[in-house]
Amino acid sequence: MTADEALARAVREEWGRLLALLLAQFRRLDLVEDALAEAVEAAARHWAPEGVPANPSAWLLTAARRRVLDRLRAEAMAARRRPLLVVEAHGRAGSTGRRADTGDLVDDDLLRLVLMCAHPALSPESASALSLRLVLGVSTGDIARLFLVSEPTMAARITRAKRKIVAAGIPFGIPGAAELPQRLTTVAQTAYLAFTAGYAAASGPDLLRVELAGEAIRLVRVTLALRDEPVLRALLALMLLQHSRRDARTDAGGLVLLPDQDRSRWRRDEIEEARRVLATVPEATDAVTESFRLQGLIAAEHAGAADPSVTRWGRIAGLYATLESVAPGPVVRMARAVAVAEAEGPRAGLALLEGLERLVPENHRLPAVRAELLVRAGEPEAAGAAYDEAILLCRNEVELAHLRERRSRLGPGPTRPA
Amino acid sequence: MKYVVLVAADPRGWVEATPEERQATMEAHTAFERAVARSGRKLSGAALAGADTATTLRAPDGEWAVTDGPFVELAEQIGGFYLVELPDLDAAIGACRELPRSYAVEIRPVIDIEGYDPA
Repeated sequence: MTADEALARAVREEWGRLLALLLAQFRRLDLVEDALAEAVEAAARHWAPEGVPANPSAWLLTAARRRVLDRLRAEAMAARRRPLLVVEAHGRAGSTGRRADTGDLVDDDLLRLVLMCAHPALSPESASALSLRLVLGVSTGDIARLFLVSEPTMAARITRAKRKIVAAGIPFGIPGAAELPQRLTTVAQTAYLAFTAGYAAASGPDLLRVELAGEAIRLVRVTLALRDEPVLRALLALMLLQHSRRDARTDAGGLVLLPDQDRSRWRRDEIEEARRVLATVPEATDAVTESFRLQGLIAAEHAGAADPSVTRWGRIAGLYATLESVAPGPVVRMARAVAVAEAEGPRAGLALLEGLERLVPENHRLPAVRAELLVRAGEPEAAGAAYDEAILLCRNEVELAHLRERRSRLGPGPTRPA
Repeated sequence: MKYVVLVAADPRGWVEATPEERQATMEAHTAFERAVARSGRKLSGAALAGADTATTLRAPDGEWAVTDGPFVELAEQIGGFYLVELPDLDAAIGACRELPRSYAVEIRPVIDIEGYDPA
């Protein structure tokens, strides 16, 4: 292993733990991240010529500590007092029996970091970005590209989130056993937001998006290793199933939809792991877990069909109906309508779309789905009108090209101003 | 950490409440104060008269102008506040969960202004 590889590995595997240790010791959210980043830069300069240290993470920790201490000394000279992070004292008075905190201290510091970054008092976007940065050590530039914002914008968002944590007194701590499952659910939702951001837009460098969706999976794995909760297992299974299709999702820069994907390129090992994990999630734990579990079961149905023609659409339609009762919403209804159209015919699907435009008035997906179903129902004129509506509303270039192509197959459309 | 807990509610809620509902509201406040006392202390707190009794001062042109009414006219009005000292935001959120669920509750940290000594 070269020095660069050793460093990359140490950062990948140890960043969150080292940051958690530094936070527990110094309580300075504004200093420790920079100090650790500078320690990594120093390692990049020193390890190649001088050899990789026997204990890379201890080297990084010592280097980062020295940098924090230098800053603290400089501040002491300037007689400036900076706000400290609220750190729960280990076994603080009056906490006996209330804290679920019984694991060993190092792992619990990492859990404290995970919970602090995904605190419900932070906006979901901030929580996702902060988790990737502080727990996993993903660079601010890469996070910015994942969320489709500029690097200065993302840097400002992360700084603002860190400032809120300190100013509002969001603790570096572990809540009581009654609160912990709910907080881990927030962690799961935070990870899923990062994951879907990775796959949502069909623009941007695809390799990077796949890599960062993989980081969201890693966040769940890291958290799952600290506390085993059904919500985390359900989410891991769902993410693995969606992620297993990554090699088949695009060709020559274009998006390949599920029915057209080369299924031999799906990662079977990940699908198998997801199935095993999914089988351990109990039914109807809570709405969030159940929503992840049902989406996982739907994804597993697709994964289990060697060819699109043998997809069990009736079963998928049933799962969507259950999902809609747990997590109602126009997106679920549209997906259900497509499944029902496959299982029972386009008219049944179209019936499920009735009245949805009130809920999603400006969304191109609804007219796009309706157009597809109208084509199958043998109503090309109504389908053409629905495609035109979708094309007017669509803002995504890749999807727009797809819609125009589908529209053109129906023959000339009405004359519209360019 | 010190926090101000601002409580907002639709004022009609209290006016139209049955005696049982008023009792439940007061018990919820007692539960909040007990929760605060478990890991910190209440420094102050009060219920406020309706926003229709509020007086607002602003000096948009450099001179104080006194007007009738609150900062903003909304269906929800600030109906009271607590000043509490608690270890962290989680403790504050935990205590606020005891308050009546018809409320909107805002938790704001109190800061020290360096160099300012209250008289």
